[in-house]
Amino acid sequence: MSRFIRMLTPVLFLLMALTLSGCGEQFIVLDPKGPIGESQKDLIYISTILCAVIIVPVLILTAFIVWRYRDKPGSKASYKPNWEHSTKLEIIWWGIPIVIILILAVITVKYTYELEPSKPLVSEKEPITIQVTSLDWKWLFKYPEENIATVNYIKIPEDVPVKFQLTSDTAMNSFWIPQLGGQLYAMSGMAMTLYLQADEQGSYYGSGANFNGKDFAQMTFTVDASSEEEYLSWIEEVKGSAPALTMDGFEKLTEPGASDTLLFSSIPEGLFDKIVTQYVNGDGGAHQHHGGEAAEPAAAADDDEDASADAGESDESAESSADGNSHHHGGH
Amino acid sequence: MLDKIKDFASEFFVTGDPLILGAQVSIALSLVAILFVLTYFKKWKWLWTEWLTSVDHKKIGIMYIIASILMLFRGGVDALLMRVQLAVPEVEFLNAEHYNQIFTTHGVIMILFMAMPLMFGLFNIVVPLQIGARDVAFPFLNSLSFWMFFFGAMLFNVSFIIGGSPDAGWLAYPPLSQLSGSPGLGQDFYIWGIQISGIGSLATGINFVVTILKMRAPGMKLMQMPMFVWSVLSSCITIMFAFPILTVTLFLLFLDRYLGAHFFTLDGGGNPMMYINLIWMWGHPEVYIVILPAFGIFSEIVSAFSKKKLFGYKSMVFALMSISFFSFFTWAHHFFTMGSGANVNAFFALTTMLIAIPTGVKVFNWLFTMYRGRITFPTPMMWTVAFIPCFVVGGMTGVLLSVAPADFQFHNSYFLIAHFHQVLIGGVVFGYFAGLYYWWPKMFGFRLHEGLGKWAFWFWNIGFYVCFMPQYALGLMGMTRRVNEYNFDMGWQPLNVISTVGAFLMGAAFIFQVWQIAHSIKFYKKEKDGDAWDGRTLEWSIPSPAPLYNFARLPQVTHQDDWWEEKQRITAGEPAKPLAPLEPIHMPKNSGIPFIMSVCWFTAGFGFVWDWKWMIIPGLIGVAVCMLIRSFSYDTDYYIPVDEIERTEAALRGTK
Repeated sequence: MSRFIRMLTPVLFLLMALTLSGCGEQFIVLDPKGPIGESQKDLIYISTILCAVIIVPVLILTAFIVWRYRDKPGSKASYKPNWEHSTKLEIIWWGIPIVIILILAVITVKYTYELEPSKPLVSEKEPITIQVTSLDWKWLFKYPEENIATVNYIKIPEDVPVKFQLTSDTAMNSFWIPQLGGQLYAMSGMAMTLYLQADEQGSYYGSGANFNGKDFAQMTFTVDASSEEEYLSWIEEVKGSAPALTMDGFEKLTEPGASDTLLFSSIPEGLFDKIVTQYVNGDGGAHQHHGGEAAEPAAAADDDEDASADAGESDESAESSADGNSHHHGGH
Repeated sequence: MLDKIKDFASEFFVTGDPLILGAQVSIALSLVAILFVLTYFKKWKWLWTEWLTSVDHKKIGIMYIIASILMLFRGGVDALLMRVQLAVPEVEFLNAEHYNQIFTTHGVIMILFMAMPLMFGLFNIVVPLQIGARDVAFPFLNSLSFWMFFFGAMLFNVSFIIGGSPDAGWLAYPPLSQLSGSPGLGQDFYIWGIQISGIGSLATGINFVVTILKMRAPGMKLMQMPMFVWSVLSSCITIMFAFPILTVTLFLLFLDRYLGAHFFTLDGGGNPMMYINLIWMWGHPEVYIVILPAFGIFSEIVSAFSKKKLFGYKSMVFALMSISFFSFFTWAHHFFTMGSGANVNAFFALTTMLIAIPTGVKVFNWLFTMYRGRITFPTPMMWTVAFIPCFVVGGMTGVLLSVAPADFQFHNSYFLIAHFHQVLIGGVVFGYFAGLYYWWPKMFGFRLHEGLGKWAFWFWNIGFYVCFMPQYALGLMGMTRRVNEYNFDMGWQPLNVISTVGAFLMGAAFIFQVWQIAHSIKFYKKEKDGDAWDGRTLEWSIPSPAPLYNFARLPQVTHQDDWWEEKQRITAGEPAKPLAPLEPIHMPKNSGIPFIMSVCWFTAGFGFVWDWKWMIIPGLIGVAVCMLIRSFSYDTDYYIPVDEIERTEAALRGTK
């Protein structure tokens, strides 16, 4: 009997978790507000159901077999100590998982291409671009078209695709806004592309999901999705009231430490590209990398040549858009 | 002068944290206590001749197990500290740095210094007995493997009180683990601790592959080997291919840190993504290395306590081997979110799902071994039965994680944490516990108290679900791994509190186990019969604990489950197999070289960490000298004469 209780425990705990948190509103992964998150939620449900098709019968079978064939005096259950093979049975339980996995595989592959993070979203509206930099230990967001920047805060218009370009100044991080969609690594020396969109106005939680050092836990941020008018007036407001981000100011931001929300009315020319290409040999970096070794003079090749070789222009044009994220070193 | 010493000490020892200070004091006290006890009872010589220099696989196995239980304690304390910190939001019980160190050491210790040695301990004790051998193929190497593991583990652990612990995560991704991200010594302790013990692991892998292929008792065909031996073979083959990758990867990282090379740096043409790929090319097979032997243990136990032949033997062998093979083609599923593109992600999603098939098949085979059996439930079987639902659910969440586009939402969250703890605790830990309980009478010649074992069992199981089920939910609530604090508004607290309670239930379970062992030793009752569970395989045909030479006569194997068949024949009134005359037994001599050589490695490693040439050079010279001495020593074996075997057997088997 106790075995059944134990098998029920996980179920009970999930139920408890659901009730405790008030109708699951806090399960933000399962409460998406954008097309990418929506598809991922569907996929989570589909794959869970497919797996449940196998595991629920297995759990029931386990309970049944363990109960029925337990050793007790006068047991009427059959006992066949040398029964060790049945081709028919083996075909069944090699077959069923193969079929389920095949179905799941087809679905997975389809969604893998559909939800490739660098694939632009279908929309009649032009996407806005936000350049994301993981610093130690804060997020710097630059709006290149609007020429403003923020720290640990993003504002976006609803129903407009957002093209996030991700990089890191130092260690690898991962940029995650669960209610809009899945995460993508932010890595130094390259710019990764992640398209997301908010379908509803609201305030969403975002975080750095990959451990990157001491104050990693402080790397959370808020994403406010608002109407387009509100978004535009916010930009005007930032331009009008916030201080400018200078090169010196950026150097200060790169110093290790957490930060509050900050707003900047302008950004230095080409800052994002400088951050991305800072590790390319022969200078051109945004700032002297702390603790990094000095570039060897011998290796200091011609600046432009190096950068373009690293950006892999030729590769890029050959690749389909679905593969857009692979091996994009350097800025472009 | 005094100031100089003070300066040195403040750099040498980790200072300024009351928790660590307490640990330092208690470690110092227990060291003094151990030294005192050894001296007072004049046990130094005994320790040296009976244990430290022993090449007996059974004693080496026991030392592995003792070391792993100590490491389980340390890794467990790390876990409890983390859970206390996470129970209350916005509170600093552990500061960020300390928390980062603790989750790093928890991961490294649990996988490399707890699971691996517990596994090697069981390999050592069980494999030679199950295949009817008198020792492993290379007993000297076996002892060297153990001491390399032991001193590697000590080098890693010493960072806790000397120099500072590593804090870049258990796999130490660069650039965080480079000098730029981790200038402290912790990362160097990490590299050298794992390197030294890793060489030991690789040697063990080779040793057991050769042992299984070459040392089986006469007549035992490959397809008659006990399933545990098959699982060890598949695991060790995986070790042979995976561990060199780890060694090379960490060596390159060492070159980056020590000599300023540019393998994984950001500048100078280095590529951190290469490290992430390489470390998981080892790291993924590694989890199969530790789970495969657990599958073998369950197979043995299910069959023994259902009083029935293992169902689908061939299918099981095929499943084990294919898991071992496919484990090398799934590594990139640990970073679907690195942006490798849809082609790469689709490939690795498919290979990962593929592994679920043989794994699932094994579950059916265990179930149908019980089907039409007569199942009894002593503690080893309880762990086995608890394993099945736990592993099935954990495996299912693993399949969910393998769905690449969905993984973008699971990755790095507590959902992932819950998944791998469910398969590692529900699979590996439950499996090794089952094995420990099952083979304990064989190892020590007495049984463990069943009642206390049941308490431990229930505390472990309930504690496990209470601890980890909420973590699945937390992952879906957006909680990421490795955060040391979170905002109260996130609503993560209630589930975190439940999870912490669960962790402490498991802590209590561990105490029950220690109590169980202590109680069973206090009320020691010699196991009269070597066949504690009415077993099926050869290890149960000899006395418990097994004599030095294991088998007075090498068994002549004719069947799978040979001992069971033999018992069946005797019950049916058929004549037992005829006894061959005794012959002198060829045995390896004990040697102090493995211990001394590992001490030299420790010295060299410690020197590398601090960059003290005066320590590195003597250490490495010592290693070389040990190798030379061993190469030129020819007096490494001896024979046990027949009359001594007769005396031992008569004493062990009573009047027989």
